[in-house]
Amino acid sequence: MRRVNPDERAKIAFWLNGRRVSGEAEPRMLLTDFLRHVLGATGTHVGCEHGICGSCTVLIDGVAQRGCLTLAAQAEERAVTTVESLAGADGALNALQTAFQKHHALQCGFCTPGILMSFTDYFARNPNASEADIRAVLGGHLCRCTGYAGIVEALVEASRSGNPAA
Amino acid sequence: MSQVLGKPLLRKEDPVLLSGRGRYADDLPVPNGTVHAHIIRSPHAHATILRIDASAALAEAGVWAVVTGEDVRRISDPFLIALKPQINQWSLAVERVRYFGEPVALVVADTRYLAEDAAELVQIDYEPLPAVVDLEAARSPSAPLLHPEARTNEISVRRFSYGDPKGAFEGADARVALTLDYPRNSFTPIECYVVVAEYRPHEKSYDVLANFQGPFSTHAVMARALRVPGTKLRLRIPPDSGGSFGIKLSIFPYIVLAALAARITGRPVKWVEDRAEHLAAASSGPNRITEIEAAVRKDGRILALRLDQIEDYGAFLRAPMPGPLYRMHGAVTGAYDIANVEVTNRVVLTNKMPASLIRGFGGPQLYMALERLVQRIAIELHLDPLEVIKRNVIAREKFPYKAAAGALYDSGDYLRAVELAVGNGRLEDLKRRRDVARAAGRPYGIGFAAIVEPGMSNMGYLSTLLTAEARDKPGPKNGAISMATLNIDPLGAVSLTADVTVQGQGHATVLSQIVAEQLGLKVGDITVILELDTLKDEWSIAAGTYSCRFSPGAAVAAHLAAVRMRDKLAEIAAKQLNILPDDVEFADGMIGSRNNPDNALPFGRVAGTAHWSPVMLPEGMPPGLRETAVWSPPGLEPPSSEDRVNTSLTYGFVFDMCGVEIDPLTFEARVDRYVSMHDAGRLLNPLIAMGQMRGSFAQGIAAALYEEFVYDENGAFLSGTFADYLVPTVGEIPPVEILHMETPSPFTPLGAKGIAEGNCMSVPACIANAIADALGVKDVRLPATPRRLHALMAAAEPKRPPPTSRGGR
Repeated sequence: MRRVNPDERAKIAFWLNGRRVSGEAEPRMLLTDFLRHVLGATGTHVGCEHGICGSCTVLIDGVAQRGCLTLAAQAEERAVTTVESLAGADGALNALQTAFQKHHALQCGFCTPGILMSFTDYFARNPNASEADIRAVLGGHLCRCTGYAGIVEALVEASRSGNPAA
Repeated sequence: MSQVLGKPLLRKEDPVLLSGRGRYADDLPVPNGTVHAHIIRSPHAHATILRIDASAALAEAGVWAVVTGEDVRRISDPFLIALKPQINQWSLAVERVRYFGEPVALVVADTRYLAEDAAELVQIDYEPLPAVVDLEAARSPSAPLLHPEARTNEISVRRFSYGDPKGAFEGADARVALTLDYPRNSFTPIECYVVVAEYRPHEKSYDVLANFQGPFSTHAVMARALRVPGTKLRLRIPPDSGGSFGIKLSIFPYIVLAALAARITGRPVKWVEDRAEHLAAASSGPNRITEIEAAVRKDGRILALRLDQIEDYGAFLRAPMPGPLYRMHGAVTGAYDIANVEVTNRVVLTNKMPASLIRGFGGPQLYMALERLVQRIAIELHLDPLEVIKRNVIAREKFPYKAAAGALYDSGDYLRAVELAVGNGRLEDLKRRRDVARAAGRPYGIGFAAIVEPGMSNMGYLSTLLTAEARDKPGPKNGAISMATLNIDPLGAVSLTADVTVQGQGHATVLSQIVAEQLGLKVGDITVILELDTLKDEWSIAAGTYSCRFSPGAAVAAHLAAVRMRDKLAEIAAKQLNILPDDVEFADGMIGSRNNPDNALPFGRVAGTAHWSPVMLPEGMPPGLRETAVWSPPGLEPPSSEDRVNTSLTYGFVFDMCGVEIDPLTFEARVDRYVSMHDAGRLLNPLIAMGQMRGSFAQGIAAALYEEFVYDENGAFLSGTFADYLVPTVGEIPPVEILHMETPSPFTPLGAKGIAEGNCMSVPACIANAIADALGVKDVRLPATPRRLHALMAAAEPKRPPPTSRGGR
């Protein structure tokens, strides 16, 4: 493993949504700050910085993780996937995003990227999730606008579509 | 005939937000050379600042400044408030700190990480002072004073009397009284505060980007604090905001602080609030003790009300406080026809974070008292609580109804709403569920709440705080101005701006529907831009998004602008088509004759005439296509000399009923079934309206069962993380059955009332009533946590009440 001095900036490189990216950061820099302020990928949001609200959720090697509890250095040479990857190149929404719009599952949209990323991971592993399963996973996210009802409806519909994360 | 207005259209905001392409405040580019700020906050509830030594921090590379209260006092003025004596507050603590988390110094450095490092090198010496946290204790003459210059912590007491409450109480069959204690909470938007401020020394002007929500009357407060005319404080609001719920008004002291730091450092300064700061110090709803009493007839008819409301605003009174005490004032009798009322309002300061705007704004506190009292009346008179509600609600034929304290209720049919809600077997089902649970030994109760939901505040309501003589001096305050501007470009493309701030409601979609409806276009044809720039956009003091002002306010302004534009285009088209303007129809992107579909022109062609060919316009018509409409509804008069005030323009109605079961092992309150009936007048977009009601319901549940800002007796803050301050997740929000009826408001051209706050107001009271019914108790404290319910149910054990937002016991 590469050793880096705590007070020195070092180059960090990984794959972000399939593209090779790199930037300089101190070892203590959070992955969320690196994504947002070094790489300019502002789709990932910061809501609490203590791992509870879930807004910052991204995939690292396909697994949902709290970006605010991850150091940028921990993403070195790994594949990071964020909300910016979900829509098609032409902007077309995927099944999960479409269901969110249809069921009014977002209002301010600030918590939404984290929820989308959690379920991108979860549905990939559990294509036939029940509503109870979905509610359990959604329990890892805070939303203050919607009261969750629309989010549950959207997730259930996306789950039933067979290919929710595509 | 409505084409798009009133339809549940999907939101045009969504694709952008779902794709991670939103433009929230922290996403936007900042000027080159921007430096970053971190705030050092008070670790004490009350203390004298003896010394601040920043020399070690300033010696660090990359540190630009450590701004202190003394700097701020030198170059800015205290914030204006609605009351005398002046309670001085600057954007940093001056001489002493008065609540845990109060900003004491601002460290500015090249990066936020460096600023936080340098903050650890700043030496601050405090001399702790005794703190007063409980609002009753704060009223005692021996209490420590927060602001010695005010000579009291109870800085305002106002008594109001309407009708003949004394006579009614003397002649009543019975009196029913209750004391309520409403807790402190917030609705903690997931996006915290963000400010980027620049200072231009040659113009002596500030240019600020912030996720401020309004009301823009606060712009004047900020400009005065900065000692500049309003045009020298350019405030820009980003296109997206991560929720607000009232909370993002209270960013305003930070706007001033960042602006001052930009002036001191000569650099643009950015500050992003973190969650710990937000929970400790951003904003809280005020906690309130209400002593309420009713004079009643044997049949449950309420003849008079008496309220003594003591509200805790924390360490400072910030504009526009004490709003929660006065925003509901005209409607203090709620949904009931009560002619005689006596109200005493008391404003108290304690060593807690300052209270301010929050969704519901005074409604939850008022209805907790009023609706709990209605249940007590039923119990003490051995009546059915639903019967007491029905006997007292305002009859349909009395609308528009002038309430005792001055509110002019526009429309409603409350009895019908109640009957629709309990009908269809809903109430029988609740009773059946209750009986089954009780037969099995499980505590189960049914609660009701009937509330009036005000929409669009009269900007003069707060002046009710002053006596009629004191109001006369500065002159009357009243009204509520909304503005919108509609543009059509030379190719016929339509765009709209309006004086609202985006918080996620979906205003761009609804405004598009309003304009498309008038112009015969598709919703997708209308571009709505709601980022706001105080130097370039239309606004007045009421601008912003709060107190349900969108549907009765900004939406109406957009409608009026669209009607005016339509009339202008109709005249242009009529001349070209050789028909009368009244014969012109707008449909499917064409403007043509109502009687001859072949005689029509494309919308863009007609619009283009106003730009390219003024010679073809009807005589006297100004060229160009830009209409700014100002909606200033009549009826929002200043408080009368008898202190009657029509506090809002529209008044919706909500009737809730629920069944709550309490787990005898875990002491958890579980909402078994919840029904909520709404009448918000005409719905402009039922999908978005439903979203507002569901969200408001969830926040009502949060206030009723989970969320509370807790302090110990010394003012230490005990709710500093999301692990301590419990925001409900999906598992905590029960299903809700939402019902609707529409009695359009006759006071606005669209007939729409506010809808986003009703359940915040009704749910806490409804659930408290159900718990009281389940346990047979009089005193129900919210949030009704398992710990509190255990204390009520396990009376045999020695009582150890937990710390509360009043502080200590």
